[in-house]
Amino acid sequence: MANSIKIKAKMSGDVAIVKSLISHEMETGLRKKKKTGILIKAHYITEVTCEHNGKVVMTAYWGRAISKNPYLSFRIKGAKAGDKVKISWVDNQNNTDTSEVAVS
Amino acid sequence: MKNLWLPVMVALSLVCIPFTSTFASPKKDLKEYRDYFKKKFPKVKFEEFANGVYALDADMRGQWEQIMEFPPYELALEEGEKLFKKKFKNGKTLASCFRKGGVGIAQEYPYFDTKSGKVKTLPLEINECLKKNREKPLKYKKGKMAAIVAYMMNTSRGKKFNVKIPNDKRALAAYEAGKKFYYARRGQLNFSCAHCHVNGAGNRIRTNLLSPGLGQPTNFPTYRSKWGELGTLHRRYTGCNKQVRAKPYKAQGVEYRNLEYFHTYMSNGLPLNAPGTRQ
Repeated sequence: MANSIKIKAKMSGDVAIVKSLISHEMETGLRKKKKTGILIKAHYITEVTCEHNGKVVMTAYWGRAISKNPYLSFRIKGAKAGDKVKISWVDNQNNTDTSEVAVS
Repeated sequence: MKNLWLPVMVALSLVCIPFTSTFASPKKDLKEYRDYFKKKFPKVKFEEFANGVYALDADMRGQWEQIMEFPPYELALEEGEKLFKKKFKNGKTLASCFRKGGVGIAQEYPYFDTKSGKVKTLPLEINECLKKNREKPLKYKKGKMAAIVAYMMNTSRGKKFNVKIPNDKRALAAYEAGKKFYYARRGQLNFSCAHCHVNGAGNRIRTNLLSPGLGQPTNFPTYRSKWGELGTLHRRYTGCNKQVRAKPYKAQGVEYRNLEYFHTYMSNGLPLNAPGTRQ
């Protein structure tokens, strides 16, 4: 998969701090092309899911207000080093991507 | 008439500036420049000036360090490496035009080319190489050029700027022209570079912090959040000139190359950290 998701997951005390950067246009659908005035098609992530060792621990519902190349960071309680953290997204044009990393 | 401006100004400057001697003394200028910033920001270590405003404000630095977890310039840097290594139609690559294959040389730029009698910058030589090999030259402010320069600068990361001013009247004249540009007022707002980045360094301009002139060229080409992409040093020069409502000069024109000569010389000894990330 052409990876659009960069993830870092590190233990800090008894929580895992997960930081990720997702490459995505996040086109709002409200911008217009300068020369023609035609609306540029909306293309943004609608849902982000995070799985910890196969179990969904976080679902985020995004919309057009989220910036281009969104940065997402959150903490997982009860994680241990070596656990699998997987982040997936779906956008309004039905594209998806996913990436997995082990907690360090 | 524009072409006569520079030689006339240089001639005038060499003859009748009351506040400097008629002989250019870059070493003295450099010492004064460094001492000024050392005195103004006594707690900032010399090498830290390469980090600009992030050396001055702890909160901004914290945000910057968070962004640097995933450096925004990474994709462009990879693209730059690909473009640098890409073969021309004649089979050669950009490496063929540079010393050491273009790797680890960026800290010596810009330099005064005694043969052509002008200041040579990295983007200028990249385009000369492309033209020599019958490839299409690139635009100077962003995109592919910025990516290639970023790659070359990155191969010199950590090395200290070592801009030389040979004992050549023309080199000194170019340096002096750059210095004059730096300290001259321009635009509707009538500011010089020094007003903001020497006198005003560390002050706020609306909600932004003014960076000290010392260390500015180290991180160019840089990813500016404002641009959402990489931009070259001359892109920033044109932006700065527009911000004081002056008509900007051409990227890689003689004015900005001379300015870069002076500006980078003033950052000699500072480590390169390009490409960088700035707000």
